[in-house]
Amino acid sequence: MTQLLETPEVAKVKGRKHGRWQKMSPLSYITLGLVGFLSLFPFYWMFIVASNGSDEISKIPPSIVPGDNFLKVVADVNSILPQTKILFDLVTIDWFYKALLNTFFVGFCIAFVQVLTSALAGFAFAKLNFRGRRFMILFIIGTMMLPSQLGLVPMFILMSRLGWVDSLKALIIPALVSAFGVFWMRQVIDAQVPNELLEAASIDRASVLRVFWSVVMPIIRPSGFVLGLFSFLATWNDFLWPTLVLQSPDNFTAQVAVTQLNASYVLNYSLNMGGALMATAPLLLLFVLVGRRLVQGVMDGAVKG
Amino acid sequence: MQLEQSPIDAVDSAQSAPAKGGRRNAAPSPWRTPKPQKPVAVTGIHSLNGRWAYLFTSPFFIMFTIFGLIPVVYSVYIAFYQWDPLDPSMQTFVGLDNFKFLIEDSNFWNAVRNTFSIWAFSTLPQMALAIGLASILRNPILRGATVWRTLLLIPNITSVLAVALVFGQLFGRDYGMINYVIGLFGFDHIDFVEDTIPGHIAIATMITWRWVGYNSLIFLAAMLAIPQELFESAAIDGASKWQTFRYVTLPQLKNTITFFLIVGTIGGLQVFAEPLILGGAGGGANRQFSTLTLFLFEQAFINVNWGYGAAVGIAITIIVLIISAINFMITRRIASSDN
Repeated sequence: MTQLLETPEVAKVKGRKHGRWQKMSPLSYITLGLVGFLSLFPFYWMFIVASNGSDEISKIPPSIVPGDNFLKVVADVNSILPQTKILFDLVTIDWFYKALLNTFFVGFCIAFVQVLTSALAGFAFAKLNFRGRRFMILFIIGTMMLPSQLGLVPMFILMSRLGWVDSLKALIIPALVSAFGVFWMRQVIDAQVPNELLEAASIDRASVLRVFWSVVMPIIRPSGFVLGLFSFLATWNDFLWPTLVLQSPDNFTAQVAVTQLNASYVLNYSLNMGGALMATAPLLLLFVLVGRRLVQGVMDGAVKG
Repeated sequence: MQLEQSPIDAVDSAQSAPAKGGRRNAAPSPWRTPKPQKPVAVTGIHSLNGRWAYLFTSPFFIMFTIFGLIPVVYSVYIAFYQWDPLDPSMQTFVGLDNFKFLIEDSNFWNAVRNTFSIWAFSTLPQMALAIGLASILRNPILRGATVWRTLLLIPNITSVLAVALVFGQLFGRDYGMINYVIGLFGFDHIDFVEDTIPGHIAIATMITWRWVGYNSLIFLAAMLAIPQELFESAAIDGASKWQTFRYVTLPQLKNTITFFLIVGTIGGLQVFAEPLILGGAGGGANRQFSTLTLFLFEQAFINVNWGYGAAVGIAITIIVLIISAINFMITRRIASSDN
């Protein structure tokens, strides 16, 4: 993974020079267009179903244009459970929005702390030498192979012993560290932070902590941001664990809130899709803002060769 | 690693083999201990920083031990007990009974079959599709490259739950869009919910939709890392497009493919939300959607049979380890036959 990714620009110049890539068949664009359409269609479909009402959906042929029912569906979603209060009981908001706020809070806490703990450990593994370093790295990689369900039952028991069932703590605290995060940060620091910089800092008698904070952190900030995005997305979309540990509507996360819509009625597609869309919309917005950096992050993290 | 090397040797070797990939043999570094130490005690050039390293890694290891390691070890303990659902403090040691029951439980083996069927339908076509898309995306004269890449990644940010809800509707027997299209071509409607194989295909479609773009980017990154010279010499040798792909690109993607297969297998064994939405906790009328993780969920949290649930978790782990081992062996064999 130390191999540097060839930038598209470099490849472009090379390709032009050798004239090897001049041919680009229209079929390629048709394929990409089709895949792009299929990528977007389910989102559009969510909106179609949510805005049309269940009767319209059960027509043949199915309706493929948006209806005018969307705001009513949003109101329906919010009326399933009572409103709730936030900010020291000063503000009243709908339960579904409370769930979105909860998810945002949980996701932000986890992303922020996970990046920090991962960067600290990743720095130690990449740039410091200590007894047991090699063993610990192998150990971390090994644990990444374990399926997460293995610890599900004991974690639930642990949470009930700690009294954290039906508390956001049960979501946040176990997720503050991540083996994947440490591994990712180790790769990033290894590749991006030259030893010369660390040495220069040491000559100025900076402590290791200071070197980490003032030299390493600024360099790896973009990669740390991508790692934070990944953990935020994963937390936002997590479904199994929150369903198990959260019980009261006050603590629901977005995904748990969506499952409530499924349970409350005889399968109401509009309601379900409305909820799913409301739980997805914040991520779509986020993606519009940072999608390109996510693409770069995915590609930087790929196993090459 | 230069465990037995003195610091001075380390510096020498660093100077003779500079720069690339040589973190451990980097240039003489003030990070190294100023006092000469006994060679045995020296683990490398940065031994002064050992204490810092323990401090830096301790948040991870402390939290990971409590919330990662102990639960895993404890699950082995749980699996040897029968737990009273009403009073968790009541537990009876039952030895290997949970595992014996597991071996004889046809529902468990059904879950194994379903999981692998869904895995096969989702992983292999997805890999072919992802590699195909990556070879289109890697073409440097492609217009709007960034837009295409970004577009492909959108499905990946959606929650599995939302995907399952949308596709569950699209795959509906009577009013689903997909059956409508199938009907337009004059075929009979397919029951993606009640029939086993169509149901597995429906779930595999959801997984593929969510992951194929992501994996295209992974393969694209790997393709862009292939040395350009290899393509040039292939072009000089007059290789066709297909030959270049088969004999240049594909062998270079070996590690990426291995990685994809291992990650895909671990992910495949965790399939849970899609079958839950389509078939409920029991996995549908004929248990046709009961995957391993759904089975664990059903046993541990619907039937509140914690001991048995833990045994299922251990079984899943063993399956992951076996598959990873097979994967490594195959890769190693391919690697040695290449050389």
